[in-house]
Amino acid sequence: MSSKLRVNPIACKAHGLCAELFPERISLDDWGYPIIDPEPISGSLEVHAARAVAECPTVALLLARERGRR
Amino acid sequence: MSEPATVLEPDAAPARGALPRLLTGVRANGAPLPLDLHLRLHGALASSSRAGLIELVAASGLRGRGGAGFPVAQKLEAVANGRGRPVVVANGTEGEPASDKDKALLRCVPHLVLDGVSLAARAVGATEAIVAIAAGSRNERTAVEHALAERNARALDGEARISLAVTPDRFIAGEESALVNLLNGGPAKPVFVPPRPFERGVGGEPTLVQNVETLAHLALIARHGAEWFRELGSDDEPGSALVTLSGGVRRPGVYEVGLGAAFRDIVIGAGGLSEPATALLVGGYFGGWIEARSVLELSLLDAELAPHGIGMGARAIAVLPQGACGVVETARVARYLADESAGQCGPCVNGLAAIATALERIAAGRPDRSAGQILRWAAQVRGRGACKHPDGAARLVESGLRVFAREFELHAHGRRCSGDGRTVLPTEVSR
Repeated sequence: MSSKLRVNPIACKAHGLCAELFPERISLDDWGYPIIDPEPISGSLEVHAARAVAECPTVALLLARERGRR
Repeated sequence: MSEPATVLEPDAAPARGALPRLLTGVRANGAPLPLDLHLRLHGALASSSRAGLIELVAASGLRGRGGAGFPVAQKLEAVANGRGRPVVVANGTEGEPASDKDKALLRCVPHLVLDGVSLAARAVGATEAIVAIAAGSRNERTAVEHALAERNARALDGEARISLAVTPDRFIAGEESALVNLLNGGPAKPVFVPPRPFERGVGGEPTLVQNVETLAHLALIARHGAEWFRELGSDDEPGSALVTLSGGVRRPGVYEVGLGAAFRDIVIGAGGLSEPATALLVGGYFGGWIEARSVLELSLLDAELAPHGIGMGARAIAVLPQGACGVVETARVARYLADESAGQCGPCVNGLAAIATALERIAAGRPDRSAGQILRWAAQVRGRGACKHPDGAARLVESGLRVFAREFELHAHGRRCSGDGRTVLPTEVSR
């Protein structure tokens, strides 16, 4: 089982906390909006991803569980 | 001795693959075709069952004509099988400045569109249907209002109540989720899906949003059958389609062609080039530039354009004459698209504005960013909006940088290009 991060681009207001909390998979563009690595997240990284989701001030991040393949 | 003029009987079978189809009977002055003439030309709609209609559309292979090219039967089925009271929305907003074909249909043959609305309502089991037209399209609204009155007087649409909705004159207002949002009392801005309109759309009901040209094709498929429809086009992209030609052709305007027609013949059909052309913008402002010498050999099919990284979209074609500058035109369209962002998503708002400014500076011979930087921004905004607006803009910009690479180089060094200072592409919808 793995998970995928998604950002709601309308809700996101470029606070940038997610990239600080989860730099392994989230970087920021020139204006501070997150660029999310599309690779599925598994194992120990899920804890960091969940933290980024929990701390987003505009609740714009979503961690979706993926079952089976992909 | 002169030959007697051929008299075409109203029910005489047309020649195989004959054109026009949708534009049959369009008057030279562009006045709307009244109901009695429409019925004399096309005949009345036969009554057909709900399932029969969807099967017929599936057999025809009709794809949406609004830009995305999604198979119509699949959409009909999804809405027909939805939970609730389905709604049909005919999208006639056409906010794309280089396109006039939906307005031409609404203006000239409103009954063909409304036949399609009526059929689509029957196919999905809807009693409510809405025709969405932009506020600035006054002649189109008048034509449809009048046509609706003619139909109501004769109870032509059975159970379906068809109404008109007026939408803001904005490019983004025609985006499917933006249109549904507007009809639900919200702003005409895209929403972050899901649910998709076919699941929960207008009033929370399963909603079929279909471009008006698509619906007009449906009106003819119901009359002449799937096989007739397939006499034109390819197996995967069957039928005829409307194209809007603008820029360097002798007779700009809306034409109906068979899918798979050669670009060369389409240009010839519009009176030919008004002067030698350097490139064509195909697929409108979410499409892309292709060098004239290569595109004239291609045909109007998504399958042929895919290797060039672009799609036919709503089939707007703009010809860039050699006296105009591709750098200037690319910058103008980039600015238009940046200004037409719904303003909701950071990457779109900031990215498109930065790209447009950088392109404008290059066009003016005062570059402050490299082409490489613009390409990086373009790649970066893709897929990062709630809708596909940034993706379309990125595609357009990338194609411009590729096709006009030499001109960009000249501009970047403050040297003169081949342009004589004129501008060609429209950045406002003609009303």
